[in-house]
Amino acid sequence: MDMKVAKKKLGLKEKYRLMTRDLGWEPSYRTKDEVFPYVKYEGIKVHDWDKWEDPFRLTMDAYWKYQAEKERKFYAIIDAHAQNNGHLNITDGRYLSALKVFLQAISPGEYAAHKGFSRVGREFPGVGTQVACQMQAIDEIRHAQTQIHALSNYNKYYNGFHAFADARDRMWYNTVARSFFDDAMSAGPFEFMIAIGFSFEYVLTNLLFVPFMSGAAYNGDMATVTFGFSAQSDEARHMTLGLECIKFMLEQDPDNLPIVQGWLDKWFWRGFRVLGLVSTMMDYMLPKRVMSWREAWEIYGVENGGALFKDLARYGIRPPKGWDDAEKSIDHMSHQFMLGLYQWSFGTSLHSWIPSDEDMDWLSAKYPTTFDKYYRPRWDHIRKLAAEGKQFKNFGLAKLCQTCQLPVVFTEPDDPTISCHRETTYKGEKYHFCSDGCQHVFENEPEKYIQAWLPMPALFAELDGDIGKWMDWVSLRDGQDNGDYVGSIDQRNFEQWRGLATSNS
Amino acid sequence: MTVAAIKEYVGVARDRVENFNGKQLVYASWDHHLLFAAPFLLYAAPQMSFRELVEGPLTALVQPDPDGASIDWAQVEWLKSNQPWTPDFDRSLADNGVGHKDQIRFRTPGLTSLAAA
Amino acid sequence: MSTVFIALQANEDTRPIIEAIEIDNPNATVNRQPAMVKIDAPNRLVIRKETIEEQIGRSFDLQELHINLITLGGNVSEDDDSLTLSWAE
Repeated sequence: MDMKVAKKKLGLKEKYRLMTRDLGWEPSYRTKDEVFPYVKYEGIKVHDWDKWEDPFRLTMDAYWKYQAEKERKFYAIIDAHAQNNGHLNITDGRYLSALKVFLQAISPGEYAAHKGFSRVGREFPGVGTQVACQMQAIDEIRHAQTQIHALSNYNKYYNGFHAFADARDRMWYNTVARSFFDDAMSAGPFEFMIAIGFSFEYVLTNLLFVPFMSGAAYNGDMATVTFGFSAQSDEARHMTLGLECIKFMLEQDPDNLPIVQGWLDKWFWRGFRVLGLVSTMMDYMLPKRVMSWREAWEIYGVENGGALFKDLARYGIRPPKGWDDAEKSIDHMSHQFMLGLYQWSFGTSLHSWIPSDEDMDWLSAKYPTTFDKYYRPRWDHIRKLAAEGKQFKNFGLAKLCQTCQLPVVFTEPDDPTISCHRETTYKGEKYHFCSDGCQHVFENEPEKYIQAWLPMPALFAELDGDIGKWMDWVSLRDGQDNGDYVGSIDQRNFEQWRGLATSNS
Repeated sequence: MTVAAIKEYVGVARDRVENFNGKQLVYASWDHHLLFAAPFLLYAAPQMSFRELVEGPLTALVQPDPDGASIDWAQVEWLKSNQPWTPDFDRSLADNGVGHKDQIRFRTPGLTSLAAA
Repeated sequence: MSTVFIALQANEDTRPIIEAIEIDNPNATVNRQPAMVKIDAPNRLVIRKETIEEQIGRSFDLQELHINLITLGGNVSEDDDSLTLSWAE
């Protein structure tokens, strides 16, 4: 009689061991140093790579299964969006500007992260790390593709989406994100992990993806919610990888602590500057707002970031150096940045606008100590100029920060009435910064940052200040992609098509 | 500190003055007048007189501010590299020591139309 | 005390999972936001396979959570039966 023996199902831990560590081998005809030549020069000491483990214990077979499921869910919604004129279901055409920032600044960053993880997956010797980095590399290219694919549905109808890659590389408000990723990708593998895996994923992506995507849902944009949450479901794994990686470095050797702390200080601040864009998307570009940038910072910065650094204190880690300056800027940054976008809107591949009375009342309720005092008088004056037919355009262009590359729209941490002026001289050349944080980053590695390609100086060095040539070069179509939303082609089309969709006339 | 690298790492400064077609960059900022979101970036020949810089591009740029027309340039307090400084209006930028990428600031006590409410 | 959290997409798949989390974590707070649900708990949150299976009436692989997971905060520890989020006390 045959006994049917149930095939023993592997436990999670056993399966993980078989499908990660057991895939590795010891090199026999080349030394380990020859096979992994980039793993020591940053000074991080690792004694046992097998101590690194993915807490989710995700193996490739399960990975493909769940990712396929996520893709099916994603495309079901993207198809429905395209078939049902989803672009007309958004609350207001102003919302499109948030999507343009996202596509121009963030999606190419996903692609950069893909390249970076492909590289460090090869450079790290540990098999667990290699497998996790391989998964993350595939995740990141999926994010870039799904985001571009979802937003291509908007490109069929609206301006400012068509040349996102040029905008990313060349446009002054996007090079903050580009330089962040270029900086990480030109660092060693461990620093890359801290930059992307830890600072960006763990400390910062929650602020980017979670409240903003919930905001997209609130504004009727199911396409964006879907790619956002689909991407963020991978981020949960990436964050966990980033946190594991940092704990692994700290547990491997006490000499690693000062190096790791230095990277945390640097990458927290660099990431925080990228979030300047996000603060503006949340406070100004969502017609219906879920929460303010300040409220999001309370949850994901103060509460969650605070918990994280309290947890890491057992290894001797302290909160990043710029933490207090970050807190001081929270109630200012979105306003400072939106005022900049508006006055330089002749040079943006997106529309900006003067906030309405209702918007300003919301902002003053959310920012009771700053908005009415500092920012409302400026908006009121800008509105007065517009009413007189003199739209405020600042043709002075802007001083950029040598490190983060943003226009220096930021003020002294303790005096919001004056620009933050920071400069240094290195090898006879003058360099300017937006903050102490960016100056510290520069001074730790000046040879790296003196090479920075800064978009506004480049307009003069490369094009002798010719704005028309510059517009061609950044693929900006004057009168279509740029300027005030009010009176734009996007506004006219959105309102006309929405009218057609909701009436029979 | 140096850049961690597998061999000697030397960078080349990109925004050197020789890359600017015989001209130079000058940054100018009006203290406490943040209608202008960031310090202005000006592009000028080093032979340009300080007066030309002030009465030309700088005067034009500050007009959108309600205090713009009220500036008495003879009374303005100047700073260069954040230190008090007195320019000679009739001499060139070069003669005034305004080098490539220098930051000049000016203060206009009493002009506070858009100052903190 | 620090807060750990997990955020899930708001949909039919996650409704019973959220109920299971509430059963296993009486201290947890459930915040419903547009398209998502964020569950906070002081220091520690446990998600148990068995409780989810009781809610949905079929077997459940804890890794299925990845499909609808949005984000989390805390150190992760997972085995076949449970996933725990925690901060060092």
